[in-house]
Amino acid sequence: MSPPVKIIGHYASPYSHRVEMALQLKGVPYELIQEDLSNKSELLLAKNPVHKKVPVLLHGDLAICESLVIVEYIDEAFDGPSILPADPYDRAMARFWTNFIDTKFSQPIWLAYWSEGEAQKAVVKETKENLALLEAQLNGKRFFGGDTPGYLDIAACMLGPWIGVLEEVTGVTLVNGNEFPALCQWAKEYSSSEALEPCHPDRDRLVAYFTENKEKYKMMAKTMLQQ
Amino acid sequence: MAAAAGVELRLLGEWLSPYCIRVKQALAVKGVAGYEYVEEDLEHKSELLLSSNPVHGKVPVLIHRGAPVCESLVIVQYVDEAWAGPAILPSDPYERSRARFWAAYIDDKFFPSWEPFFKSKTAEDRAETFKNAIPAVETLEKALTECSSSEGKPFFGGDSIGYVDVALGGYLAWIKAVDEVAGTSLFDEAKFPRLAAWAERFAAADAVRDASPAVEDIVVFYKKMQAAETGAEH
Repeated sequence: MSPPVKIIGHYASPYSHRVEMALQLKGVPYELIQEDLSNKSELLLAKNPVHKKVPVLLHGDLAICESLVIVEYIDEAFDGPSILPADPYDRAMARFWTNFIDTKFSQPIWLAYWSEGEAQKAVVKETKENLALLEAQLNGKRFFGGDTPGYLDIAACMLGPWIGVLEEVTGVTLVNGNEFPALCQWAKEYSSSEALEPCHPDRDRLVAYFTENKEKYKMMAKTMLQQ
Repeated sequence: MAAAAGVELRLLGEWLSPYCIRVKQALAVKGVAGYEYVEEDLEHKSELLLSSNPVHGKVPVLIHRGAPVCESLVIVQYVDEAWAGPAILPSDPYERSRARFWAAYIDDKFFPSWEPFFKSKTAEDRAETFKNAIPAVETLEKALTECSSSEGKPFFGGDSIGYVDVALGGYLAWIKAVDEVAGTSLFDEAKFPRLAAWAERFAAADAVRDASPAVEDIVVFYKKMQAAETGAEH
């Protein structure tokens, strides 16, 4: 019997969602423990003492932290369809682009949604350049991973359910069908994927979450852009 | 053109860059020799660099049979997977996840907490920023204790140099150079005995010695860098 698998996560976090996607694609059953980020649990602090963040994967007694580290762990520790490609060069490409998403892409797009005025213009420009690079990576494929979702699709999950929600809550449109038709198509493939359906986030719940935190995020974006 | 087509393996780098140093260290650990090393002038980046790394335009870039791989830790993992030789990452999935976790910590937390220190211009700034770098060093001392286990193995990778060792190792010559100029000791033997011992063992390893720049050369560069910055302020 395989030891139980649990995720300490949060329904509004795309990083937490990456882990759910990976387990879903691998066919591994799991329990999701919802964390209250405003009042972090003893369990979270004990299992991720270095960063104190979600997501954390609990596999029996083992705790694994950092979403992409967790996804690679899931790919290697469990049997099931491969998440990363087999060829070393293809793996390097997948890792390059997931690194791109975490180090170059994520912050500007977040700032582009939550900032305003002059400061917003620069991050919108940067975001569109980044989106164009990702658009090009799709290159006629259904998913970044090919016919089925892979490592980069998991890493890019924010471009699925979260974009529609953020655009609705902030009124800012970035990922439009004219400039980014492949990314928009990808988002549709993603939301209609049977394999991923069980872990699809609840859209209304996401809208409620981001609406509730709108002023907080706008304040954070303003502060970050002033530095 | 003909020369480029015939080259099996080429590394575009810059001798001072910790990220390039770590790739050289990884290639040496893996036993990959005979590659062409190209020293880039980062003020005048070559066409080859810009076309091989269009997204970031940065070194290091490993070009294998004409195919470029970018981002130092991505390159290290590629080297580990594409060549036979001593393993850089462990084979157990959990051990691998731990190695990846600590390598990410070194780049995302440790280095950014130390960077302000070596960029400090006044003695006052230096005292403050050095203090701020210590918590991350404490965490790394604990990590090394965890990774090297109760048997007190010499490296983060256990008996031999591994992924976390080269991740931190890329910065080591710089750390030593800055310590020498500033009169500090980041991996202080009294406070961080395991890291201090690790630093000595790592620097002495054959693979590392040939792949790393001389600390004295970085000292010369660093002193010039500091003088230039102070000069600019007058």
